[in-house]
Amino acid sequence: MSTSSTSTTAAQAPKRSAAMIASIADAGVETTRAPFGHALNAVAADDERVVGVTADLGKYTDLHVFGEEHPDRYYQMGMAEQLAFGAAAGMAQTGLLPFVTTYSVFATRRAYDFLCLDIAEPGLNVNVMAALPGLTTGYGPSHQAFEDMAILRGMPDLTIVDPADALDIEQAVPQLAAAPGASYTRLLRGAVPRVLHEYDYSFELGKAKVVRPGEDVLLVSSGLMTMRALLAAEKLTEHSVDVAVLHCPTIKPFDAETVLDAIDTPRMTLTCENHTVVGGLFESVAAAMARRPVGRPVTPIALPDEFLDAGALPTLHDRYGLSTDAVVARVLAELDAQG
Amino acid sequence: MNTAPQPAARAPMGDRGLDVRIKSAQEAAHRIRLGVLEQGEAQGGGYVGQGLGVADVLAVAYTDQLRLDPADPEWEDRDRFLLSIGHYALALYSALAEAGTIEREELESYAADGSRLPMSGMSTYTPGMEISGGSLGHGLGVAVGMALSLRHQGREEQLVYNLLSDGELDEGATWEAAMSASHFQLGNLVAVVDMNGMQADGPTAEVLPTEPQVERWESFGWHAQRVDGNDPEELIRAFDAAREQADATGRPHVILCDTVMGKGVPMLESREKLHFMKIADDEWGLCKEQLAAGRASDANESDETEEDVR
Repeated sequence: MSTSSTSTTAAQAPKRSAAMIASIADAGVETTRAPFGHALNAVAADDERVVGVTADLGKYTDLHVFGEEHPDRYYQMGMAEQLAFGAAAGMAQTGLLPFVTTYSVFATRRAYDFLCLDIAEPGLNVNVMAALPGLTTGYGPSHQAFEDMAILRGMPDLTIVDPADALDIEQAVPQLAAAPGASYTRLLRGAVPRVLHEYDYSFELGKAKVVRPGEDVLLVSSGLMTMRALLAAEKLTEHSVDVAVLHCPTIKPFDAETVLDAIDTPRMTLTCENHTVVGGLFESVAAAMARRPVGRPVTPIALPDEFLDAGALPTLHDRYGLSTDAVVARVLAELDAQG
Repeated sequence: MNTAPQPAARAPMGDRGLDVRIKSAQEAAHRIRLGVLEQGEAQGGGYVGQGLGVADVLAVAYTDQLRLDPADPEWEDRDRFLLSIGHYALALYSALAEAGTIEREELESYAADGSRLPMSGMSTYTPGMEISGGSLGHGLGVAVGMALSLRHQGREEQLVYNLLSDGELDEGATWEAAMSASHFQLGNLVAVVDMNGMQADGPTAEVLPTEPQVERWESFGWHAQRVDGNDPEELIRAFDAAREQADATGRPHVILCDTVMGKGVPMLESREKLHFMKIADDEWGLCKEQLAAGRASDANESDETEEDVR
């Protein structure tokens, strides 16, 4: 093999950021196209009240799948998130059942007041499906909703869902439609990984569930980090570490009882979330533990409390500790440190 | 069928003679103003200036225009009247009492602990209050959603009204909604703007000028009318014109209503215009006397006019 540097090898080529359409699927993981759009079509087939509302991001939140099936039930509100939420409230008040899509940053930072006062306070059944939650784009802070759960957890009467994969989304959509009141879902869109079908698991709104049992380490996870936790658990078997994964797809209301029962065992416990360490899953767990002390430390795997870099998503997930390999390395390091 | 709501009791009064409608609206406006003063006195304050100023608009809306069943504020086929300016609630409570949805005696509980009539209007507290206003710039967007939804369901005869203020025209969200209403051709939507020229920090013309309003709404694709918002006849004609053109695929309608804060009580009309008008404890009686005197004077003029006509 030549040592000449006259030609650029694949390894040397700059990693393309693929900005907005970066995949979160690990190599070899099965994916499903647009699970939300197809799940909404299934619900809409049986329920005439269902309408889709978007703020100029239908194509990028998989709502276009619904729009193609039901053009007369698809409302394009333009790049106007405040209007989209207000109008959805008006629709819900007059007998419709809106699913509203935008990106997480716009649903939370930009249109909070409208979600809070027009939708949550009157208790309307409006379901916000917000794409690009946490760090799922390399586009930079304008589109990285690293603090979306922290923003929303203080809003009364809002259900917050952080699904792990396509199966979670498919099973959550009909339950969200059936449940009264407002909800916010951290939507995974595009080619969405599918991992939970390999386990004895089904999504149940409001419930945390043990997806994988294990004796040595407990990973309490939500969102796409449940997928990473499960993949990491498989890899950790090679290190003779038996890892349990407790998936918490509903962040609010939080299933504290199930989580505390799981933590109250002699296993090293870490939380895993695609969100800043402030105000998300880790602090939900911490708050529960403050109310019912179980006398055990819990270590967060989460994004740092800082504005994140732009770049290629896999690089960023490595950098900030969310990649499968980073989770494996972190668990091994914590086992060393905590003995 | 006996239990079915009887909307005819509160159907628009368009089939009556204009003179009758004007006189009826004037009388309703007077009682709405009196209710505003009673609430202000009971609470020792409140948004009395705004309430007096908008009384004619609400009188026309609630006693001449809206299709509603006072006994059943949830009646599915009613017109919707959305108060986005939550602080105007005392005027709307007074209008709801006038319409018969709440008891007039209940007005005394305005803004008191445990009352169904909070200082800022909320749908979760008060029968007949369609939305929770207060955070300004929300109402028109919700109204757009309702108008779309009613049309979606084929309920095309129902109208959606949104009462907003000129201060609320500062909010970008209002113009998001304005743009979309004409895009969706929401002829079943009527925005009513109380142009009293004041907002929290001072005159609208100084805080953030919003003129020229007619031209702005027209450029957004709306059917715009500007009227004296303290003249029931002009209001009735404008509301009628909006309703007559309310086909569900037409232009949305805006009625810009120039009003005087404190209208009907000369000592308040001439007082320094403040967002939260100051009225001393011993002034409420005088306010009511001035309101009554003005009403008597109007009634005399009205009688003379009728005699002249005869």
